[in-house]
Amino acid sequence: MLEGLLIGLSTAFSLTNLAMVIGGCLIGTFIGMLPGLGPMSIIAIMIPIAISIGDPSAALILLAGVYYGAIFGGSTSSILINAPGVASTVATSFDGYPLARQGKAGKALTVAAISSFSGGTIGAILLMIFAPMLANVALLFQSPEYFGLMVVGLSAIAAFAGTGNVAKALLMTLLGLIMATVGEGALFNLPRFTMGIMDLQSGFGFITLAMAMFALPEAMYLVLDPSRSETEGGSNEIKDLRITRDEAWSIAPVIGRQSIQGFLIGVLPGAGATIASFLGYAVERNIASKEEQEQFGKGSIKGLAAPESANNAACTGSFVPLLTLGIPGSGTTAILLGALVALNVTPGPRLMIDEPQIFWAVIVSMYLGNLILLILNLPLIPYIAKILAVPRNYLIPFILFFTLMGAYIGQNNATELMILVGFGVVATVLRFADYPLAPLLIGFILGSMLEDNFSRSMQLFGGINFILERPMTLGLLIIAALLVVVPSYRARRARARAEGAADGD
Amino acid sequence: MMKMTLTRRAFTAAAVAAMSLGTPALADGHQQLDSIHFLIPGGAGGGWDGTARGTGEALTESGIVGTASYENMSGGGGGVAIGFLIENADSQHGTLMVNSTPIVIRSLTGVFPHNFRDLTLVAGTIGDYAAVVVNTDSDIQDMGGLLEAFRGDMQGTAIGGGSVPGGLDHVVTAMVMQAAGEDPLGVNYIPYDAGGAAMAALLSGEIAALTTGFSEAVDLANAGEVRIIGVTSDDRVDAYPDAPTMMEQGIDTTFVNWRGFFGAPGMPDETADAYRSALAAMYETDEWEEVRARNGWVNIHNSGDDFLTFLEAQEQEIGDLMRTLGFL
Repeated sequence: MLEGLLIGLSTAFSLTNLAMVIGGCLIGTFIGMLPGLGPMSIIAIMIPIAISIGDPSAALILLAGVYYGAIFGGSTSSILINAPGVASTVATSFDGYPLARQGKAGKALTVAAISSFSGGTIGAILLMIFAPMLANVALLFQSPEYFGLMVVGLSAIAAFAGTGNVAKALLMTLLGLIMATVGEGALFNLPRFTMGIMDLQSGFGFITLAMAMFALPEAMYLVLDPSRSETEGGSNEIKDLRITRDEAWSIAPVIGRQSIQGFLIGVLPGAGATIASFLGYAVERNIASKEEQEQFGKGSIKGLAAPESANNAACTGSFVPLLTLGIPGSGTTAILLGALVALNVTPGPRLMIDEPQIFWAVIVSMYLGNLILLILNLPLIPYIAKILAVPRNYLIPFILFFTLMGAYIGQNNATELMILVGFGVVATVLRFADYPLAPLLIGFILGSMLEDNFSRSMQLFGGINFILERPMTLGLLIIAALLVVVPSYRARRARARAEGAADGD
Repeated sequence: MMKMTLTRRAFTAAAVAAMSLGTPALADGHQQLDSIHFLIPGGAGGGWDGTARGTGEALTESGIVGTASYENMSGGGGGVAIGFLIENADSQHGTLMVNSTPIVIRSLTGVFPHNFRDLTLVAGTIGDYAAVVVNTDSDIQDMGGLLEAFRGDMQGTAIGGGSVPGGLDHVVTAMVMQAAGEDPLGVNYIPYDAGGAAMAALLSGEIAALTTGFSEAVDLANAGEVRIIGVTSDDRVDAYPDAPTMMEQGIDTTFVNWRGFFGAPGMPDETADAYRSALAAMYETDEWEEVRARNGWVNIHNSGDDFLTFLEAQEQEIGDLMRTLGFL
């Protein structure tokens, strides 16, 4: 292994390759900040350039830099303007944006940068040591287990079902699940619920809905309720750039746990970074102390560190099936697979034997990409955070512009804008009525995966009995039930005890 | 103002990245067309996108065409772009739209209000055969083995594919089963999102066999993970001669998943012919050979009237099958 690492290091540490990784990180970070251009489209844009380099190691190093840069850039827009450009950074905005509203944007970006770096680096270490062994783990899960996993992911909504809001949160989740059924379904190639509108045949776009549910209502809220932004209006002065020693200690275990959990979820070809971030958020919220739990969704640094470490570790984990089995676990790795094949590299069980320098170049490029990203970004954070110091009159049009552009840019379809504005207005009304919007988006993102895996399982097992025939599925469903029931039971008992004590007095 | 520099920088990066895609090449004497505008009915990074950009790259770098530009217009699984081309036909004579087999299937099911006859057929340029693959560890050695397992346990011998039921991979699976004398309705077809998920399901033993594109199957067969037990070509394909055809195993069926180019309705004949001859000249160039080999495409060239004949035959065959399956 040490020998391999040396091969990789000597490949990576040439002047051109270092320039590649720095250039890739910069391009990825800045384009990634634009909502609507996620890692997938940026890598697709960069592939012809990477291929023209000719050297597979250099091309991979460039693409890895772009990939990490794009993931990091994506969390920036989630934190600053509540505009998650990719599904895996939706959970980042749950606590990242509240922190930014409290004037702690600099701190939030620092926590995100450190969590991303740790998640990516721990993931790379795990990949280096365990990749060959994990190939079989990737094949452990079948459709019934993925269904179970998606249900566990749904339990992340519990975080938004806080005091007295359970019914509202469930309602919004259902609405999200319903919206996920629009378009062509898993069981038949005819459009459902499209009302004859051709633009709805492929369903609602994720970015359109994310902008409509998160970014647009926030911007509208700031316009319609100026008092709120002014009383809370720390946004005009940036404080708390650094994290304190105590905070560092409190997020360290979160980062450690979520890096490992996220990596393992990323290894599964049907799950990926989005599920990893939701699960990471749900798990950390459930094991946090009661006071910390209250903070989740209102600006908890633990709630920010969890999804950020998990999604980065999962992105690294998704390289396991790619490199060891040649199976892309996500859209991004599918595009990377295309690039590898174009460079005459065939990923699969023989890659480590036939072309070890490629495998090690990937590993080393991951370390380098993460490290350089951290070095490049930490000094930039104060400047990036200052975006929020721009007066509201200028900031809000700027957010609206980015929001609309994000929905348009990937699709080039103006109908997306109408859908965005329509839903944005509805979402703003819901926001004023105190309905949480995050469960809707979680339901929407997980809905189609839930449905696909459920219908596949039904077809494979000829009915619902797969739940009993697959012990792991049953186990996952029980975990999901516990994640929802136990916290509310605990809360009820605590309430009952408090009342009982009051009565006793 | 940090805000300004940030956006400007981001835009510059995006613009640089975007511009480098359409590198105009110097014409070296045999230029046939000044420019082509490619309309891509899906997003960046998909199969249509790769076909249009690859074709554009070969055409411009070989000097046959001066410059190529690209426009992604997704929506409705391609239907939005078709509608756009028909509605704006008069102003779109400089546009070629890329499409593939699903235009036939979706027109049949009525998902698209239009079909290929509403467009100017320029040429089918490339294609991919379909292949049925099994896990290398599987007991199934050939199509005979799969059919035997199928007759023994229809429910348990699930066959997966990367399309929804009634989509491309299901149609191919049913076509093969019907040609083999089995009931295509009895196939337990399991749909996956295209690509990785289906392959993972095959390797994890969730499904017995998988119907997929031949070029995709070759990559995995080279990696030693799957065995190709049948290809839908007439003869064995040079790229992987170990894979037996359906025909040689007594299953009388062939299938090509084509990709090609369409123009707006009412495109003048001389314009359409100019595109056809530019595409025909492309096959002779080294630049095309490089793009083709990089993507694992098979040259399957049907120009003009041949393209119409080919599409009508495919429409007939798929239509009959879908009626048998109860999808129409």
